[in-house]
Amino acid sequence: MKCSVVVFPGSNCDSDCFHSIRDVMSQPVEYVWHKETTLPPCDLVILPGGFSYGDYLRTGGIARFSPVMREVARHAKTGRAVIGICNGFQILLESGLLPGAMLRNRSLSFRCEYVSLRVENSGTMFTKNFKKGEVVKIPIAHGEGNYFCDEKTLAGLLAGNQVVFRYVTPNGAALDSANPNGSADNIAGIINGKGNVLGMMPHPERAAETILGSQDGKKIWESLLECLK
Amino acid sequence: MPEMTDTQLTRDIARSHGLTPEEYEHIKKILGRDPTVPEIGMFGVMWSEHCSYKCSRPVLKLLPREGAKVLVKAGEENAGVIDIGDGLAIAFKIESHNHPSAVEPFQGAATGVGGILRDIFTMGARPVLLMNSLRFGNLESPVARRLLRGVVAGIAHYGNCIGVPTVGGEVYFDESYEGNPLVNAMCLGILRSKELVKGIAKGTGNPVFYVGSATGRDGLGGASFASREITEASNQDRPSVQVGDPFLEKLLLEACLEMIPTGAMVGLQDMGAAGFTCSTCETAARGLAGMTVDVARVPRRETGMTPYEVLLSESQERMLLIAEKGKEDVIEKVFSKWDLHAEKVGEVTEGNLLKVYDGEKLVAEIPAKALADESPVYVCAEKEPAYLKEVQSFDPLSLPEPKDCGEVLKRLLDHPSIASKEWVYRQYDHMVRTDTVFLPGHDAALIRIKGSKKGVAVSTDCNSVYCYLDPYEGGKIAVAEAARNVVATGGVPVGLTNCLNFGNPMDPEIFWQFRRCVEGMRDACLAMNVPVTGGNVSFYNESPQGAIYPTPTIGMVGVLDDVDLRVPSFFQKEGDVIFLVGETGNDLGGTHYLAVCHGVKKGIPPRLDLEKEKKLYDLILKAGRDRLLVSCHDLSEGGLAVALAECGFSREKLLAAHCPELEKVKPDAVRTDAFLFGETQTRMVVTVEKESAEAFRKLAGENGVLCAEIGAVGAGKLKLGKWIEASMKELHAEWREALPKRVGVI
Repeated sequence: MKCSVVVFPGSNCDSDCFHSIRDVMSQPVEYVWHKETTLPPCDLVILPGGFSYGDYLRTGGIARFSPVMREVARHAKTGRAVIGICNGFQILLESGLLPGAMLRNRSLSFRCEYVSLRVENSGTMFTKNFKKGEVVKIPIAHGEGNYFCDEKTLAGLLAGNQVVFRYVTPNGAALDSANPNGSADNIAGIINGKGNVLGMMPHPERAAETILGSQDGKKIWESLLECLK
Repeated sequence: MPEMTDTQLTRDIARSHGLTPEEYEHIKKILGRDPTVPEIGMFGVMWSEHCSYKCSRPVLKLLPREGAKVLVKAGEENAGVIDIGDGLAIAFKIESHNHPSAVEPFQGAATGVGGILRDIFTMGARPVLLMNSLRFGNLESPVARRLLRGVVAGIAHYGNCIGVPTVGGEVYFDESYEGNPLVNAMCLGILRSKELVKGIAKGTGNPVFYVGSATGRDGLGGASFASREITEASNQDRPSVQVGDPFLEKLLLEACLEMIPTGAMVGLQDMGAAGFTCSTCETAARGLAGMTVDVARVPRRETGMTPYEVLLSESQERMLLIAEKGKEDVIEKVFSKWDLHAEKVGEVTEGNLLKVYDGEKLVAEIPAKALADESPVYVCAEKEPAYLKEVQSFDPLSLPEPKDCGEVLKRLLDHPSIASKEWVYRQYDHMVRTDTVFLPGHDAALIRIKGSKKGVAVSTDCNSVYCYLDPYEGGKIAVAEAARNVVATGGVPVGLTNCLNFGNPMDPEIFWQFRRCVEGMRDACLAMNVPVTGGNVSFYNESPQGAIYPTPTIGMVGVLDDVDLRVPSFFQKEGDVIFLVGETGNDLGGTHYLAVCHGVKKGIPPRLDLEKEKKLYDLILKAGRDRLLVSCHDLSEGGLAVALAECGFSREKLLAAHCPELEKVKPDAVRTDAFLFGETQTRMVVTVEKESAEAFRKLAGENGVLCAEIGAVGAGKLKLGKWIEASMKELHAEWREALPKRVGVI
């Protein structure tokens, strides 16, 4: 599984994703500077978390214009895998590769903590190693993860089984009290219609080693490895 | 020679810059003439207490700085550096941003974080963790709540964006900090020892580059601002507070670190307090060189700025870089990759003069060393404070014992200083970089170092009530407790940085507090063989209500050779045996219990026996290496009862200390409240597996440390003899909700 981690000015989870792929998964990975106009041959593009362009204008609002994003769109169009994590998810929304938008957390505060997620769709290349309905522990760290879309889009996401992760209680109930940011329908992650572009606010790279307290996020890399090798 | 102004006028200007008539004469002697206005400004900031330590230097000399593994000593560079083996080194430092935070909490705290980060990456180190030590007034006051919210949001804003995790720290609330909060930010970075970068200018003809943010009028004279007391009029100083841009600093950080392997860089220095003036004269002074710079070439964000303003601005996110001549294109290439503009503003010269031009016109010409290192040193008057006799003569044993110890425990857990700090650290990204092994809440923060087996444990600590009641003992305990926290996690203390927060040093009683605290710290450092590698002094922490409690904050750093040998602070599983390690006395003076339940902050605070303290460290570290310890938690505010409750508050599962026969362990001479809530030093609560209990007992005996088995880890209710029986769920809720219920849910 050849991976590319795109580095925008202000990305700060780039080295975490790189470490997760190279050292935890033992897979080839390279950094791609955002000004590049070509992507190296790869199976998976990772848009990492962070504060691309310092969140100026809007989260992800400037990064979507980086030259490399044209190539990422082309890569996605050919059906190859793209995952956007946190700020990467925001960039996917801004660039139209996924529907919807992000609002500030309803508390107006940044929140960093482990949350419980329910895997709603285990049929994707990112989630095939999970069981449907499985509750996993993966941390979030964001100030703007309040996913929003209009009703029609939401209905479309639900009909297409495109909601991949929801914030839930440790017992698996999608209650409002388990929603850390106010996102629509407790959505934590969605996938495009074709099933090759995933955006999620939680950080799987932060939950991929026992020493960090959870290995639940690693299953995403493992699912991809089985599909992409 | 620069053009001169009228002498009487310059004297008046000098006075308005905080320079005394004697200092003015001294400046005249150095220059051999009257200084120009920009020169007065430069001397004014460089000779302010904030930059020159002119009052504190003789006292700071008491602290031990030497150590076999110290690569950069205190005061030599922007931060101290310690070798940790495997070709790796750590750079770390703590610094205050109290005054700016008092007037503008969000930006004040944010730029405090920005400043300490720059101090670390100018050493060539990759910043890997942030910590902070915060103190506010009582949360009943709306001002304290506003300051807390603003400061926490500011720290979050900067640290989260730049992507360095804020992994721990401390937050205290006390009336003494009303209107004068303390915001002490600490950063630690990792570097390859051979890639150490210095803030030095050498090599005649080498170009001097200005990189980063453009210069504005913000923060003009911030160093002088920090060297004054806070008054009602301080709000008018708001223009002295700078505005931070963590995104720009992230670019600077990456670009500077990328520069190291190119070999094109001779020296690197950030522009912090006293900005352009400080960075030029300090680098030249260190390199025993001269430097010529042209302020007209300094990028500006405002029009019409005078040379004086450019020299003294404290705009954030700016660096001075001295490059190897002929490698200018390498420098420019790296910076342009990161969309940063590097402007050549001057060059290194022979001799020792810092010459500042404005285009063709010479506006300042000063020996660099005179500015950087030759400020006058003052021996401040000191006097034992009058209040000491009164507070120390109070006998806590004259107070009645509480009727309901369970109620006391609840009140202590509900006190914001003891309560869970989740409300705070949840706003900080504490996991970015994926090295955070202990999430916040343990005795010390712990990170791993990727590509090595090592871990780094860090704790910030100070009990300022102790320092108020007995400055010497308080200083000693601040060092010891910070070390004890690090030891509890399995870290061997290797060095410390300090942030010495005090009132006005011209007040003899304050200066006495300062010296006694430092003497206490010195004795603890010597006993533990831990060098001080730097930090800062923050005087003039006074509001109209008076001076703050003396607060020498310690940032202690420890190293674990094998991070797998770490010891958590929380109980791990039912059935494990609980030991109380150390002796307990009637230590109620200055305790949290006394303040919360009796409304008294008096008495003689606990004494610390350094010999016993060292023996305790040896035992805990040895037991950790032998994998005997399942958990280990230091006893501090709130004593044994609070510590045992806290041990059960792990994130995964609530566990409870079952100590039904705790009475049997209490020495007859010790009062029940002292036994449960007293703060006798040099104690820990540890748990071991049942099978290891005997081995631990034996090891303690061999090390000459008293230990007593007090119970076992269970679930459900906390049971402490006949005194306390309480549902852990309720206690946990009390402890966890204390902050949100006072400042609002987030």
